[in-house]
Amino acid sequence: MPPSAVPGTEVQVPFHIPGPSTSLRRVHNEAIVSSNTSAGSQNKQHTVIAAQNLTKTYGDVAAVDGISFSVPAGESFGLLGPNGAGKSTTMKMIGAVTQRTSGELSIMGLDPDSHGPEVRAHLGVVPQQDNLDEELRVRDNLLVYGRYFGLPMSYLKPKADELLEFAQLTEKAKSKVDALSGGMKRRLTIARSLINEPRILLLDEPTTGLDPQARHILWDRLFRLKEQGVTLILTTHYMDEAEQLCDRLIVVDKGRIMAEGSPAQLIREHSTREVLELRFGSERNATIGSELQGIGERLEVLPDRMLIYAHDGEAALEQVASRGLRPLTSLVRRSSLEDVFLRLTGRSLVD
Amino acid sequence: MTDPSGSTTETSGTAGVTAPSRAHTPEVSAAKARRWGSFYYAEQVLRVMWGYGWSILMYSVGQPVAYLFAMGVGLATLVDADNAAAFGGVSYLAFIAPALLVSAAVMTAANEFTFPVMGGFKWRRTYYGPHASPLTPQQIAAGHIIAVTLRLLLQSAIYFAAVALFGAAPSGWGWAGIFVATLAGLSFGLPLMAYSASIKEDKGQFALVMRFIVMPLFLFSGTFFPLDTLPLAVRWIGWISPIWHSTELGRIFSYGYQEPPVLTIVHVLVLLALAVLGWFLTRREFVRRLGQ
Repeated sequence: MPPSAVPGTEVQVPFHIPGPSTSLRRVHNEAIVSSNTSAGSQNKQHTVIAAQNLTKTYGDVAAVDGISFSVPAGESFGLLGPNGAGKSTTMKMIGAVTQRTSGELSIMGLDPDSHGPEVRAHLGVVPQQDNLDEELRVRDNLLVYGRYFGLPMSYLKPKADELLEFAQLTEKAKSKVDALSGGMKRRLTIARSLINEPRILLLDEPTTGLDPQARHILWDRLFRLKEQGVTLILTTHYMDEAEQLCDRLIVVDKGRIMAEGSPAQLIREHSTREVLELRFGSERNATIGSELQGIGERLEVLPDRMLIYAHDGEAALEQVASRGLRPLTSLVRRSSLEDVFLRLTGRSLVD
Repeated sequence: MTDPSGSTTETSGTAGVTAPSRAHTPEVSAAKARRWGSFYYAEQVLRVMWGYGWSILMYSVGQPVAYLFAMGVGLATLVDADNAAAFGGVSYLAFIAPALLVSAAVMTAANEFTFPVMGGFKWRRTYYGPHASPLTPQQIAAGHIIAVTLRLLLQSAIYFAAVALFGAAPSGWGWAGIFVATLAGLSFGLPLMAYSASIKEDKGQFALVMRFIVMPLFLFSGTFFPLDTLPLAVRWIGWISPIWHSTELGRIFSYGYQEPPVLTIVHVLVLLALAVLGWFLTRREFVRRLGQ
């Protein structure tokens, strides 16, 4: 189904609300996972991407250090990790623009190092840094890009209009790219990546640098693609993005895989159900740790706050109060992938 | 959205989902790109040029008219009056017209193969978009070169038309100068393109290229006076200059300038060698830079 076949259903996208909305988004996300596993079961047999001991070194530095994974058709697969974890390098190898140093990699059964054009013809790519043609108008960007796939103008002209509609850019068709906002440029880049109707879409940090509303619009568009059965491979250092979009993900740090699973699974395995966040002010924060020992399952002392991992956050908060401790602020929330990452690496994702 | 009649419904091999699709398969895309990719990218560069086509046209028409008028009507009046025989028996304007034609092509090549190339990697990053498509780095480089070659041909054709109108191309073969000028642009431009593709930081290198390479070549390549009127100490500038080699070639076509045939062969070989060398270096840089 072409993207614009979802007509006129403009969803009013809510602003991102941190904290309490987390659990709402989690519920939403689990619904995605379950609906996908039922829909996806029929095409589980197709593996579209398979990596075995994939390695890329630059000089002495191993940017990607022996990672293995496989992605079935229709899955939304994420690489979560901080900057410099090797996510983008992995994406470039999958995208057949950078050759691997060692290991095995196949995309649609093809080796990207020997079948670069064939592999790239299968893909849609949304790079981390926009590389739209700023000297061309919005619609011409789509037409020109389609020509790289040898697509005829008779196909490209209606397709470009359809994709502009999908990206909510129809009114900007004749604008210069310069005149677009960051979010619009991102959507145009996504529209451009769809010009050849790829079944696999690579998205390298698709929403980095966008404001919350722009991110939600983008997520909505990506979710529609996912519903159409497009395999999404995305990197992100935003845990909420990973939770929104990924059926399954690998947590990557320093070129290695730290954990693998669905967002819910990872949280279950590596964190508690709830987290109690306490702030005592920067002066007391460092010294108060010892007084909190024994509450909940685990305590994490961060420079600005304490995280108490517990099955029941409210109960933990009561325990804190019963010890006579009065935090400046307290917040009980569900565990997120951020907590998983903190647990696995001892560092937070975005610094 | 309904399919127009005659379009096929393809079954995507990847997800097993039947989707009405009018795009041809990835296999067809890849096969077409392997064969025609350079031209696909050339199309992009030409579209961008079309965006400022008016200024390209004005430049292509205005420059020769200004030069030919200044030299042919102004300077030539003095030179011809004093030195009727100094330029091989032709008018001063006929003598310098092939050189001006060649120099204009070299200047344009110097513009097209510097900032736009570096910008493709660094500022606008225009090479990275097509690099994610089935096109290869070699095809992206070739496409850029094809588009600039077309611009050089068009510009040189306009320039030659102006030369002919000023009566400065006495021989019937003068039009061949269009191709000589284009070759001059490539033989100078392609090594420069390789250099541009290798630069990571803009530290004013291109301004230096213009001032210390393009300008001396323009002035000391037998452009305004025969090379052998220069002292030997600087005559070598002409010998290594694509402008000199192509100007001499252009003069043969334009007014039947006489020189030993072996020298004519040397001109052609030097120009071809520079262009081919430049192409190989450019290709290597594009593969290296885009593949990082």
